Amino acid sequence: MTEAVLFGILLVMAVAIARMRDLFAAAMLFGIFSLVSASLFTLMDAVDVAFTEAAVGAGISTVLILGTLSLTDRRERQQPLRALPFVVVILTGATLLYGTMDMPAYGDPHAPVHNDLTAEFIQGTESKIHVPNVVTGVLASYRGYDTFGETTVIFAAAVGVMILLGGWRKDEDEAESPS
Amino acid sequence: MKKPMRMREMIILRVVSMGLIPPIFLFALYVQFHGDFGPGGGFQAGVIFAAGFVLYGIIFGLTAVKRVFPPRAVEVGAALGVLLYGGVGVASINLGGNFLDYNVLNSHSPAHGQHLGILLVELGVGITVTCAMTAIFYYFAGRHTSGPHR
Repeated sequence: MTEAVLFGILLVMAVAIARMRDLFAAAMLFGIFSLVSASLFTLMDAVDVAFTEAAVGAGISTVLILGTLSLTDRRERQQPLRALPFVVVILTGATLLYGTMDMPAYGDPHAPVHNDLTAEFIQGTESKIHVPNVVTGVLASYRGYDTFGETTVIFAAAVGVMILLGGWRKDEDEAESPS
Repeated sequence: MKKPMRMREMIILRVVSMGLIPPIFLFALYVQFHGDFGPGGGFQAGVIFAAGFVLYGIIFGLTAVKRVFPPRAVEVGAALGVLLYGGVGVASINLGGNFLDYNVLNSHSPAHGQHLGILLVELGVGITVTCAMTAIFYYFAGRHTSGPHR
């Protein structure tokens, strides 16, 4: 029941964001959207994901969108309604809905994802890694190599932003300063 | 268009954020080092830590936050976290294990090796995420100010 209400809020908010012309209000709604998603993840017992969603989606990315807004205009330009993008979106949505029909029911213990390694992760985190949080055991130890890759991706993102937005400044300074 | 009031001139925002920032950092440390026992870990802690700096930067200005957390330190830190993570992997190879095999980190007890490995690796993630998020904020927020912003 609570889930249905939260999903309803998400749906209403998504339509509101799509129709909104004021980008500042849209950015704020995006933050609330993330917060509602985080509540949904908490209800599904995925606290670690909820934590990340609340911190990144509602926190940092809202700030970054606001930072971007300060560089551009606050209002979206009025554009004529075009049919093709609308059709593409509807088709993609219908395909995704069709795809979910093959998925196992939510919480089904016989879902394929639970058959393979889950038992080993749940028991091994306790007996081999000796940490109570299975998510940490999987992320940091069983899948430490993947997490290393993710950390490198975040590093690469920061380096990319540095190069794109501020990388040439030093050269300009050197060119301007008398030698 | 009327020039909006600067954030640092709004006394309520300033007082509230000054009260909020220390608990944010404390909570980030808790999330970082309590990740083995509860929800959270390096990534979440890093984002929360960066949020503290971002809040400080929004209220008191980019120049002020750059005095607290210099851009040079941000750049070095972003690389340092990845190096720490990779260094744990290299150390476990040198001690005779596989890459990122924490069992060998403590010769007496594999469990303690696992704890040490996870602690260091999560610390590396936390440092890199803090610095990467702060760096992205610095560069986005510093765009509209013309001239050298360092």
